[in-house]
Amino acid sequence: MLELSLNQLAAGLSAKQFSCVELTQTFLDRIAALNPALNAFITVDRDGALVQAAAADAARAAGAVGPLAGIPIAHKDIFCTEGVLTTCGSKMLENFVSPYDATVVARLKAAGTVMLGKTNCDEFAMGSTNENSAYGVVKNPWDLSRVPGGSSGGSAAAVAARLAPAITGTDTGGSIRQPASLCGVTGLKPTYGAVSRWGMVAYASSLDQGGPFAKSAEDCALLLNAFAGFDEKDSTSAERETEDYTRLLAKVPADPAKPLAGVRLGVPKEYFGDGLAADVRAAIETAIVEMEKLGAVRVEVSLPQTELAIPAYYVIAPAEASSNLSRFDGVRYGHRAAQYKDLMEMYCKSRAQGFGREVQRRIMVGTYVLSHGYYDAYYLQALKLRRLIAQDFSAALAKCDVLLGPASPTTAWPIGQMADDPVQMYLADIYTVAINLAGLPAMSIPCGFGAGGLPVGLQMIGNYFDEARMLEIAHRFQQATDFHAKVPAL
Amino acid sequence: MSRADWEVVIGLETHVQLSTQSKIFSGSSTAFGAEPNRQAAAIDIALPGVLPVLNKGAVERAIRFGLAIGAKVAPRSIFARKNYFYPDLPKGYQISQYELPVVEGGTITVQVGEGDNAYEKVIELTRAHLEEDAGKSLHEDFHGMSGIDLNRAGTPLLEIVTEPVMRSSDEAVAYARALHALVRWIDISDGNMQEGSFRCDANVSVRKKGTEKLGTRREVKNLNSFRFLKEAIEAEIAYQIETLEDGGTIQQATVLFDPDAGETRAMRSKEDAHDYRYFPDPDLLPLVISDDWIARVKGEMPELPTALQARFRDAYQLSAYDAATLTASREMAQYYVDTVAAVGAASAKPAANWVMGELAARLNKEGRDITDAPVKPAQLAGMLARIADATISNSAAKKVFDALWNGEAASADEAIEKQGLKQVTDLSAIEPIIDEVLAANPKSVEEFRAGKEKAFNALVGQVMKASRGKASPAQVNELLKQKLGAA
Repeated sequence: MLELSLNQLAAGLSAKQFSCVELTQTFLDRIAALNPALNAFITVDRDGALVQAAAADAARAAGAVGPLAGIPIAHKDIFCTEGVLTTCGSKMLENFVSPYDATVVARLKAAGTVMLGKTNCDEFAMGSTNENSAYGVVKNPWDLSRVPGGSSGGSAAAVAARLAPAITGTDTGGSIRQPASLCGVTGLKPTYGAVSRWGMVAYASSLDQGGPFAKSAEDCALLLNAFAGFDEKDSTSAERETEDYTRLLAKVPADPAKPLAGVRLGVPKEYFGDGLAADVRAAIETAIVEMEKLGAVRVEVSLPQTELAIPAYYVIAPAEASSNLSRFDGVRYGHRAAQYKDLMEMYCKSRAQGFGREVQRRIMVGTYVLSHGYYDAYYLQALKLRRLIAQDFSAALAKCDVLLGPASPTTAWPIGQMADDPVQMYLADIYTVAINLAGLPAMSIPCGFGAGGLPVGLQMIGNYFDEARMLEIAHRFQQATDFHAKVPAL
Repeated sequence: MSRADWEVVIGLETHVQLSTQSKIFSGSSTAFGAEPNRQAAAIDIALPGVLPVLNKGAVERAIRFGLAIGAKVAPRSIFARKNYFYPDLPKGYQISQYELPVVEGGTITVQVGEGDNAYEKVIELTRAHLEEDAGKSLHEDFHGMSGIDLNRAGTPLLEIVTEPVMRSSDEAVAYARALHALVRWIDISDGNMQEGSFRCDANVSVRKKGTEKLGTRREVKNLNSFRFLKEAIEAEIAYQIETLEDGGTIQQATVLFDPDAGETRAMRSKEDAHDYRYFPDPDLLPLVISDDWIARVKGEMPELPTALQARFRDAYQLSAYDAATLTASREMAQYYVDTVAAVGAASAKPAANWVMGELAARLNKEGRDITDAPVKPAQLAGMLARIADATISNSAAKKVFDALWNGEAASADEAIEKQGLKQVTDLSAIEPIIDEVLAANPKSVEEFRAGKEKAFNALVGQVMKASRGKASPAQVNELLKQKLGAA
């Protein structure tokens, strides 16, 4: 059951090869066995999951159900879940139980999925290693001494370790694609506005997008069908016709040997510069050659503003974060210091105790860049860069269907290696943050292994709302390769 | 040096609570007076993950205001976050408009003063922008702690800002009254000042007459009655002039008015002014208002008080003061318009006098709204018609009005009939009375013939008295003059 695709699981449930309860129990047992070593889950809702599984069995017995009915899933602990702890990886919310469901959660619930629990992540989604979680670092299933990436490290590690067939994540500057790359799973960040942010605790509102982690592009498409789409509760959600993200997957290619015939693969030269590790470069190049064998054409393109993305991102994201996190003040919910002598001290102590170092660092940076006298020099400049970066992508995507490159300059690195050097860690986001600044969809798919057998992800960047096309290309690649089917030995 | 050497400069910022059913960014009710925190949903208390969705009704009211003052309604405006920490500000920021407000410019023309000293002044507005209100901190009854009520958090406000163009507390109050009347007129706010639906902040400074440079201003916050507005400004002017004349300087500050002490007190100085770190709210798209939307709102606008005032002045020859008074509220104007429509334009002036005089006084005395005045426009019109055709005198009309007010008669005619108030216009009935009066007052007749005009009036009075008010004063005048050979 662990290796079955979502469609195969649905078929197995329909054919009564196994029940939802049995399926759910299988994953709960695996979580019980492996999570102590991986620390991928913050909360496991064993009882709730079994109740939902029994309900899904009943619904299946009663008749027509959707394709995800009875499929066990989990949510990054940044999505609000009614009645189940939502910590955001922070001590600030260690006792916070949301009275409502995020739209993504509600839609997956309505689709009949069974929620196993909530996955670990960097505190308030700020980080690239999962070392910033108040609930401990997540271990990479391919090498327990290494980081899984972040901030959605728990989701990526859990899918890689087959603790759940599919899990949600969020991506503000690479938080889905980078851990997907480091853990060897498929992860997709949709176009900004494609997935509702209602109930997804905000890090940087203009960059945050929820998306799926799964074993394959096909499974990601099925998940998107369930939770993407317009939501009147999110003013930035795009009002568009309902998209079927699987619509191009079943298409039979004219030449079965050349399923990617006519596809133009843009290869930005800036994504293959000095900072890229040799083993990652080799795996990416091999994958591009493989796609060319499948009929695709390689197009050399340029994204000249690539280097400006990191400074722009590390101004805009902290600026928004500093404001978004102001609500965690100890007044209405969340951590409040036990002792304080006045209001100011209550604020200071509660926030100093509740937030970890990286969150505090970004709040300080954000507060600084928005301050009187600095706003024009930092924030406004960053907004200008953001427009230039988006123009770069538009120009490049005019020449090709998707852009290809790495999602991370290296494979997973040892836990603790960059923990004391935040700037070095920020620089590792070079291939991912620009995509959020532009608002484009992008995904990471397993494309090989580097030194030490650590997975390498291929990042694919599509045009606005062109996820279906991107998923089709990923799907063809996955039909021709088996990198995505490799499982770490645990 | 004295007060006369100084020029006062006042600008007003008014927070008007918009009359939407629900809050500006959430579906919670805006009704006043609920149990604390019963009208505070997830968005209002800023739970993790919640997002604002703009209430179109609030925008529509802002458009209405912009149109009413002849301002520019911005085709694109931006919501920003104003960041500061306070327990009654759940998100740690207030969503407001900063760089690009929804309404820019516009004017409101006000009547300042009464009678001979009355004058008209055009008040220029800087802008009006949409924002959300904060909650309330309650400092009593919590044994050393503060209570927080978030029912008001997220209530839609239109903040209306004038240029520093007012030169006295009278002008400021005249503007505030006109604005208050206008927002109720165009139905964007209930204007309830006790409930805080209309609150003014006054920016006050003084400068030597003849100088150009503005003095340092102090801002008096949260004035929720016209009387307090006037008193606070007066207190502030007195403080500033006294300070400067004593050789001191004014520090920019935010102050509160203590009505009991009649003085203003500094709340915080410029040094501890917040850096609000404004930036565009990434949760909300720019507010785009199409020409179509503006046209639709325009089509639903009532006739504005300025237009009505012009009509009253031109068509009915009313004074500017009368026209302004009659348009103090839409209901009063409607009452007046209905009355004139029923009685005819020839009685427009007496109709104005009755509405502003007897009717307004009675309503005021009994604390009633004009909408539930016991005397309806048709009844008043009926009475005015009988004055116009000389059926009753003005003094008899007061009795008719009383009868109508008290429900003793359904119409003026019925009241006249019941009380026998009809003027005697039959000459044969009046002549004997005049003859009797002349015979009984030879001294007055003598004095009149000697050139004393007063004596004539005394004789008229005697005749009116003898006729028990039923004689027409005009007729009495004429007949008397004939009899005395003075015609």
